[in-house]
Amino acid sequence: MPMLTPLLRIAIASAWNRRGALLLTLASITLASLLLLGVSQVRQDVRERFSASVSGTDLIVGPRGSSLSLMLYAVFHMGEASQNMSWASAQWLEKHPAVRWTLPVSLGDSHKGFPVLATEARYFELFRYGDDATLRITQGAPFKGLFDVVLGAQVARELGYQPGSRLILTHGSDAIEGADHADKPFTVTGILAPTGTPADRTLFISLQAMEAIHLDWQGAPIAGMGAGQGATPGFRIPAEFAQKFDLQPKAVTGVLVGLKSRAQVFAMQRDIAARKDEALMGVLPGVALDELWELAGIGERALFFVLAAVAIVGLAGLVASLLASLDARRRELAILRSVGASARAILALLLIEGLLTTALGIVAGWLLLGLGWTLAGPWLLSHYGFAPAAFGFSAESSALAALIFGAGLVASLIPAVRAYLLSLADGLNPRL
Amino acid sequence: MSSPANASSQTIIAARDVVFRWPRQARPTLELTDFSLAAGEQVFLHGESGSGKSTLLSLLAGVLLPQQGEIQLLSQSYAKASAARRDRLRVDHIGYLFQQFNLLPYLSALDNVLLPCRFSALRRQRAIDPRSEATRLLEHLDLDKTLWSRRASELSVGQQQRVAAARALIGRPELLIADEPTSALDATRQARFLDLLRRECAASNAALLFVSHDMRLADGFARVQPLAQLNRAGQEVSA
Repeated sequence: MPMLTPLLRIAIASAWNRRGALLLTLASITLASLLLLGVSQVRQDVRERFSASVSGTDLIVGPRGSSLSLMLYAVFHMGEASQNMSWASAQWLEKHPAVRWTLPVSLGDSHKGFPVLATEARYFELFRYGDDATLRITQGAPFKGLFDVVLGAQVARELGYQPGSRLILTHGSDAIEGADHADKPFTVTGILAPTGTPADRTLFISLQAMEAIHLDWQGAPIAGMGAGQGATPGFRIPAEFAQKFDLQPKAVTGVLVGLKSRAQVFAMQRDIAARKDEALMGVLPGVALDELWELAGIGERALFFVLAAVAIVGLAGLVASLLASLDARRRELAILRSVGASARAILALLLIEGLLTTALGIVAGWLLLGLGWTLAGPWLLSHYGFAPAAFGFSAESSALAALIFGAGLVASLIPAVRAYLLSLADGLNPRL
Repeated sequence: MSSPANASSQTIIAARDVVFRWPRQARPTLELTDFSLAAGEQVFLHGESGSGKSTLLSLLAGVLLPQQGEIQLLSQSYAKASAARRDRLRVDHIGYLFQQFNLLPYLSALDNVLLPCRFSALRRQRAIDPRSEATRLLEHLDLDKTLWSRRASELSVGQQQRVAAARALIGRPELLIADEPTSALDATRQARFLDLLRRECAASNAALLFVSHDMRLADGFARVQPLAQLNRAGQEVSA
């Protein structure tokens, strides 16, 4: 198209002449692109992080019931377990020929809103998250003594604990007056490196410690076992005597299981379901995480619709600005017609401007996002213990960018067609 | 005062039995039987405001099409040509000089003059070297060299007028239409500009259709054509 080069030059000169108004339009498209692409990027990052909460665990075993609830306790350390599984079942799992390792976990207590997870010391070696990463203790060591506690990075940072700090656990997940295990304080022995997983918000104690703090409590040692819980009136077992009791757990909330071969996962699941002594279930973490994500996805989709609305407003701004400038430009378009620009060239001129503005807005939005993403990395790492995944143009962001561009094309068509019709009707002397 | 075009000369533009009515208007704005211009002919078309001058010029430029009748530019009928073809005919063969000069304010004086060459290969070809031709025209029209690279919006009215004239003349179009181009000037400058314009048209053998309501400018034109005589629609209105 030999006509396109002079037109492009004129389009650029004309746009530069109206740069103030165009900059505002560009800014609104940039902002809309930034938000849309940003949410897409954050969503993908969160999803990856969400899926990375647990890895290398083939099955999560617990009492038969809701698989989502089991995932919430065992992986996200959230919610209240309404039932537990027996220690005998945990032992049975450990001795099963297909099983390589087991990690029994018990939940129920908390500290200043952070959940307490009772498990074995080898949790720090066996538990995997993300791309096969293990938990790493940056300060101190794993728990060894009965009343030792290891803290997740966020717990230590927010509450200002160091190895050697002493703290008191609270019975249950909500702080209730008189529900503190005040007579059995814990000593911080280790602090974990940030992981960007629920481990950052968790306090880790031994299963025996969980038993010990509930020795003089009515009901079951683990929270959520039913009515009648609470400190037994007039009955106290001081911390120094707790060691003398049998601290073997009677029940646990669930067991994380690693198999010798992943191929055995379904056979193992059937074995667990078929166990006669207790009604159990084995949940595949990947599948359950997907289900959980779908559940959490409703809010995320709502957010996406809001952002789509933002993008539409941005593009409406483009239409409005092109339409508003059209009246002022009728003379300019008539001049171009008189010096040889065809009505189609006028259509092309408006389209070129709209498309260039949209494309520039998308590129600017993407660059700003990349810059923000890169700059936010160190801040997120220091404040939240994780760095966002490397910034890139995924299939989803490419599709979104194409969508914004397509919408920009449609948005530019409206004023372009109007300019085309006006230039036909106006002749060489616009009737203003 | 009017005289028919020399039959031996080539007819540049001819309008016959033309009737034009704007949409949603009951009466025609323009109704004329016969109007033509020969090569090199310089015609003064006189018409009061609202007499249909601009409409006639848009019809002669092929931007508007009449509901009846035929207009031919260089023996090519607008009615039979597509819109794109009419655009091409206009840019290749007609230079247009507006009352408000209609320069693109954001382009330099020189770039404004070069505009027709950007859109018309024929005018580019005829100009041979468009840039040299543009500077030659600007020099002939007495525009100071220092002003050539200035944006059109920074030029005075008189300077803009000369840039507009150079733009209309570049690439030697066969027809130059000038629509009240001197109305913003004082009498001395009007005469001087008109002289320059007629000289340049004569030099390139371009037909000149000079449209004005001011009869004082008609001196020196061999043919003076009152639009009121041509336009039967106008006669009926005034009647």
